[in-house]
Amino acid sequence: MSRHTLSVLVENKPGVLARVAALFSRRGFNIDSLAVGPTEHDDISRMTIVVNVEELPLEQVTKQLNKLVNVLKIVELDNSLSVQRELMLIKVRTDAESRSHVLELVNLFRARCVDVAPDAVTIEVTGTTDKLEAFVRVLEPYGIKELVQSGMVAIGRGARSITDRSLRALDRIA
Amino acid sequence: MTEQMTGAQALVRALEHVGVDTVFGIPGGAILPAYDPLYDSTKVRHVLVRHEQGAGHAAEGYAQATGKVGVCMATSGPGATNLVTPIADAYMDSVPIVAITGQVSTPLIGTDAFQEADISGITMPITKHNFLVTHADDIPRIIAEAFHIASTGRPGPVLVDIAKDALQTMTTFSWPPVMQLPGYRPVTRPHSKQIREAAKLMIEAKRPVLYVGGGVHKARASSELLELAELTGIPVVTTLMARGTFPDSHPQHMGMPGMHGSVSAVGTLQRSDLLIALGTRFDDRVTGQLSSFAPNAKVIHADIDPAEISKNRHADVPIVGDCREVLGDLVNAVRNEHNEGRKGDYADWWRVLNGYKETYPLGYDQYEDGSLAPQYVMERLSALVGPDAIYTAGVGQHQMWAAQFIGYENPGTFINSGGAGTMGFAVPAAMGAKMGRPDATVWCIDGDGCFQMTNQELATCAIEGVPIKVAVINNGNLGMIRQWQTLFYDERYSNSDLNRVKRIPDFVKLAEAYGCVGLRCERPEDVDATIQKAMEINDVPVVIDFVVHQDAMVWPMVAAGTSNDDIKYARDMAPKWESEE
Repeated sequence: MSRHTLSVLVENKPGVLARVAALFSRRGFNIDSLAVGPTEHDDISRMTIVVNVEELPLEQVTKQLNKLVNVLKIVELDNSLSVQRELMLIKVRTDAESRSHVLELVNLFRARCVDVAPDAVTIEVTGTTDKLEAFVRVLEPYGIKELVQSGMVAIGRGARSITDRSLRALDRIA
Repeated sequence: MTEQMTGAQALVRALEHVGVDTVFGIPGGAILPAYDPLYDSTKVRHVLVRHEQGAGHAAEGYAQATGKVGVCMATSGPGATNLVTPIADAYMDSVPIVAITGQVSTPLIGTDAFQEADISGITMPITKHNFLVTHADDIPRIIAEAFHIASTGRPGPVLVDIAKDALQTMTTFSWPPVMQLPGYRPVTRPHSKQIREAAKLMIEAKRPVLYVGGGVHKARASSELLELAELTGIPVVTTLMARGTFPDSHPQHMGMPGMHGSVSAVGTLQRSDLLIALGTRFDDRVTGQLSSFAPNAKVIHADIDPAEISKNRHADVPIVGDCREVLGDLVNAVRNEHNEGRKGDYADWWRVLNGYKETYPLGYDQYEDGSLAPQYVMERLSALVGPDAIYTAGVGQHQMWAAQFIGYENPGTFINSGGAGTMGFAVPAAMGAKMGRPDATVWCIDGDGCFQMTNQELATCAIEGVPIKVAVINNGNLGMIRQWQTLFYDERYSNSDLNRVKRIPDFVKLAEAYGCVGLRCERPEDVDATIQKAMEINDVPVVIDFVVHQDAMVWPMVAAGTSNDDIKYARDMAPKWESEE
């Protein structure tokens, strides 16, 4: 099995997320991570879906997704040719003594401290899955009280945009 | 031109504009606003069925008999959920239908209101697409989109769920609306490079076979298929969904493949070196155990749905396109090869194939006690009614016998539930087929188990003047279940006996109660006279209760999950493949 990152452009309509999620569960494909949000065009939303499958099931995932009427375009983003980021918020137990050590780690990982309480700090960190995992490991000894993480978002490197052509398709209709 | 009207009026007007002439349905609270303008429509005939499932299967029968989109209508909640089975059936068999359901008013959606069901959510995995309409202004556009999606590309069911307040609100109607489907672009033109590659493989192959599925008739490509088959001399097998797409009487026809296919068709696939798969999806009922299916064959796979290609079996030459265009292009490409002096030589292959046909014809046993063999009924129906009629079937033994023992010569003349295997399909589907093709004789071949699931539509047929003919193959059992229990469950007949002895219900009296003519036939010598009597009655529906022997089994058979190579042409009788080769 290997991880694949799919960028899926969809019409910004109610129920589209449910259609995509239902398709994955019905066809027996597991989603590792899913993030949805608006794009530079009001009518288009973009999903970043990370799936852990072999090559052949991946082809089926893509073909079945393409059959959804609300799906405009699917691009598989190559890890080395794209920028991939996840966001994590972590609440770490600290006291007067440990706080400075934790803040040092925050600096090392280019994370940010977004809330401070007498016995805890909350840290915001973005990065690849590997970086976030490493960060969590170094914080564990201090005691992680709470952790929340977003799905991955990804964008291709270079000047090309995957939304350009889909936008033109929408414009023709409008 | 624009006009002010309610959403309900806009709905009926839109249906008229897309060419709907028949709607099968039942009114109820949420859809009631639509039934008022429907009452006035002179173009749309609404057929009041007795159960929504009947409406759905009737729409399927109509669609398959006419090639047009079938339409069914129901109210919210249970009305809509009763359509789920026919929608799932249409999805599995790629039948173009549009289901229109009422939904509770917008402010009530999500409150668990009376007769509320999230039917768009429920049908998401069994529709090609569905819509929830909450604004009257959207109704004409969405109806246009629904019919477009249902009928183009790979056909399929589309559900349009319309909130009651959207039906009641005033809107401005104009036609045609502008469709907004930027993500829907079916590919119909095959790639020329793939076509050339396919033609080359066909010429080089020593043992090719045209493996024809339901998609070929859906593309209206049977004449192109005949042309390609005769041009190349390649044998043809027609799947359950393709019966009639290639004439049964044609010498190149090897029969139906699959779990209950003929030995000749199964053998042709298994020993082939090239499958030319057209509008077919390598269903498990055709392939048997996938890993041992046609093990030495390369695969050319043409289908309009890219997701079918290489889904179950890797395609060496994938062709995405409409089968009519694919076949037309293949004919040209093969002609080009012939013109360059390259021609396929399948003489050795035909020696093997003709051996299969001679050694393993379809057969069955008559009974010494004088009781009726169901296969004999099929043979006589085929002989007396002929290939110009439309036949529908339910699911089970009677369906397989109807597929095996009736000779089909014309595309689209065998309408049955293939992928979903929906018992109860046949009677309402026959009603829909007859309404779509009033000129055709429509015979519904049903089992006594299936018949009891949807025979209430005989009332609809009698009242609406739809003179279908029903042949109930009555063995007093859930026959296919009994067959499996005989073969795989030690003859322990758990809950498959419908009480053969007491004959409840009496199908002849039942038919009469529904305003139909009821006939009964229990002996082989009465079969012809009974069928002829039914053929003479054309003003009301006729039901024949053919009481048949309960131990009749469907042969040949490939047991579920086993290899096609292990086909049995009768119990414990395996063909000897090597001896022919």
